[in-house]
Amino acid sequence: MEKKRKDLHIGDKAFYWILKVMAFGIILLLLAFFVLLFKMSWPVLSKVGPSFFWFNDWNPVTEEYGALPFIFGTIATSLIALFLSVPISLGAALLITEIADGGFRKILGFLVEMLAAIPSVVYGLWGLFVVVPFLRETVQPFLSQHFGFLPIFEGAPLGVGLMAAGIVLAIMITPTIATISREIFLTIPKVYKEGALALGATRWEMIRLSILKSSVSGILGASILGLGRALGETMAVAMVIGNRAEISASLFSPAQSMASLIANEYAEASGEMHLASLTAIGFGLLIVSLFMNSTARIIVWRVERKYRGTR
Amino acid sequence: MEKSEELLSVRNLNAWFDNFHAVKNINLSVQKNDILALIGPSGCGKSTFIRCINRLHEEVPKARVSGEVLIQGENIYDRGTDPVKVRRQVGMVFQKPNPFPGLTIFENVAIGLKLSGIKRKSILSEIVEKSLKQAAIWEEVKDKLNQPGTSLSGGQQQRLCIARALAVNPPILLMDEPTSALDPISTARIEDLLQELKKHVTIVIVTHNMQQASRVSSKTAFFLMGDLVEFGDTSLIFTKPKVTKTEEYITGRFG
Amino acid sequence: MREKLKSVLSVNDFRRKIINVTMISLIVISSLVAIFPLLSVFVFVFQKGFSTLSLNFFTSLPAPVGETGGGMAQSLLGSAMLIGLASLIGVPWGIASGIYITEYGHGKSAWFLRFSNDLLMGIPSIVVGLFTYSFIVAPMKGFSLLAGSIALGIIMIPIVSRSTEEILKTVPEHIREAGLALGISRYRVILNIILRGSWGGILTGVILSVARISGETAPLLFTSFNNQYWSGSLTQPISSLPVQIYTYAISPFEDWQKQAWAGALVLILFIFTINVTVRFIFRKNK
Repeated sequence: MEKKRKDLHIGDKAFYWILKVMAFGIILLLLAFFVLLFKMSWPVLSKVGPSFFWFNDWNPVTEEYGALPFIFGTIATSLIALFLSVPISLGAALLITEIADGGFRKILGFLVEMLAAIPSVVYGLWGLFVVVPFLRETVQPFLSQHFGFLPIFEGAPLGVGLMAAGIVLAIMITPTIATISREIFLTIPKVYKEGALALGATRWEMIRLSILKSSVSGILGASILGLGRALGETMAVAMVIGNRAEISASLFSPAQSMASLIANEYAEASGEMHLASLTAIGFGLLIVSLFMNSTARIIVWRVERKYRGTR
Repeated sequence: MEKSEELLSVRNLNAWFDNFHAVKNINLSVQKNDILALIGPSGCGKSTFIRCINRLHEEVPKARVSGEVLIQGENIYDRGTDPVKVRRQVGMVFQKPNPFPGLTIFENVAIGLKLSGIKRKSILSEIVEKSLKQAAIWEEVKDKLNQPGTSLSGGQQQRLCIARALAVNPPILLMDEPTSALDPISTARIEDLLQELKKHVTIVIVTHNMQQASRVSSKTAFFLMGDLVEFGDTSLIFTKPKVTKTEEYITGRFG
Repeated sequence: MREKLKSVLSVNDFRRKIINVTMISLIVISSLVAIFPLLSVFVFVFQKGFSTLSLNFFTSLPAPVGETGGGMAQSLLGSAMLIGLASLIGVPWGIASGIYITEYGHGKSAWFLRFSNDLLMGIPSIVVGLFTYSFIVAPMKGFSLLAGSIALGIIMIPIVSRSTEEILKTVPEHIREAGLALGISRYRVILNIILRGSWGGILTGVILSVARISGETAPLLFTSFNNQYWSGSLTQPISSLPVQIYTYAISPFEDWQKQAWAGALVLILFIFTINVTVRFIFRKNK
């Protein structure tokens, strides 16, 4: 009897500790990411210093490494994506939560989830053979003919470039922003909405007053999460951005993003400095993604907590 | 001699949640075959009190207990006493019926035995049948023992939970407002059942319902803000309470 | 005076109605715009992929440039092996973490674990590839099946952990207490009671995470790399469906591009079949 009791506790303790080690292992894994990537990029960071991130030249042959063109490409494409995606995502989220009902709401929610399930490489394939030709033959000639005087529509219509990458990215981050906005909208207590409707507000006035106004910070959090996703998105961008280390104001011009540069060059990188420089860019992506995700998560959490219990 | 009569005896029991002193210095004892009813307004510590009798209170993060609880003369808070073993001697029924999801009716009753090492199918079937009969639900479920426990109605689920608690043959059964989630007919069935059960097991029942306390119990304890205000025979408490607070509570002036 | 007020109000009402209709229409239109790419991707992948799809695609190795035919058999097998090995890492680790957070975690430590889990989920998959390269590929001096599986496994962990947590959170606290009150030790309560009632949901999460990693390309580019031949070795480079699709898509040969579409069709059908069946089963269980 004594012995058996002891065994019982060994089982309990062993189970607890195994789970605990694995759960906290995730934190160790995060730290390992940080340490290893930093170590791998040390050769270039120690030699060039932080100015690596604002040098404008990238030439593996002459061993000149500066990340500026790729930072530009990443930020430009992500901002285009965000600009296109936020209104569309909010529309979809509002339709799902406030207007559609029953089966239609379910189907719409399912379609948005499916949009998220399509792999990046398939979006890239579709972007390369469907979106790019359409931009090259229809959209860009039209824009350059009528708005060519604007610097953002300058140059030859190549199809591949910032515009194509921005559009494909916008599609890819829409499910992220729409899903989180939907969650935020759902946390708003029903009484607020009914209160507005009872006062004689139209449906849109109800949406504007009791939903959008009280969700500003939540929508911000959702957008930051979408932006974080866009910054690190690799394959689809690599396939349509044109892969040229160039900084240009024109949306028609090819560019290169941090993630797609790594995808293109890492497997065939020549020499330690080249590898280190690519890793340093990855390290930059890691830091930015950690920062964006933690900011956005905290915002979204606060919003959700605000209404907890009042529903 | 005293030991054999007092089945449950509580001495200087205190319980805390973090810094909140939920149960304050409680002393009381109950004989075999008694039904003890705990009454008092919500948040008065009565649920916490019964959760100290099977050492469930300490499973809550930051919870603490001090004092002694003697079951058949043995202090369950003795150093070296295994809380898991204590809980096999003390059955518990909760406010909401809670059969284990994913387990059949049979498995729900048998799981306590199975996990304490009884594997023989014949013994298990025998005890399951006996427990279900004791809980007055055998006739209703005997043909569907392999259906999930959650498929039963609320009142049936609660009696299934009583059977589950009885299966390990505990001398004490704790009930935390067992009928508050049930309709009046199911409530009446469970109250009748208690009178049968008290032949084999000592019952401690928390209730919000004063009529229920006076109907089913032989002893009553009135709790207020963590203190035991009054404790004695049910007939006396409900007719000639010694403390004015008790009188005010049972006549409905507060709570 | 009264008449005037009435007319002002009705003009106002008319304006409000117009705005209402306009805005609601905009909401509907933007939802259609959001969904349109899904349809477009589907139509093109079916249209362009279906004609190349044949039995050969599933059973043959790639044909050399200039020859038509050939398939992606080695990539399909490679993907299966990568996913299988990745699950060996990601599933137990993710489930363990999810169980710990819901069953043992409370207060600040649970918050912190959940937060770390979210951060890990937010790391771009290409960075996961870099990380795996630095601690598997570089020391082993070569691309390998092992490295690719580890990269995918790392991506799986937070997804499985999160879904496990979501499922276990729906089990009410008093079920756990009822188990403990029966004199069952906590780990037995978790294994024999909580998990018994939740394995369906946990499995759903695992299967969805498989669907998710089956399309991952970026973390495989410089971990498992690619291979035009059969390989079953842990230490050799191995082909995978998404990497092969990428390689063929950006190649200049039309035959290969066709193969890429066919590969995309297979990949999408796989992912959608999983998503639809799992949801259907799950809804039925509820």
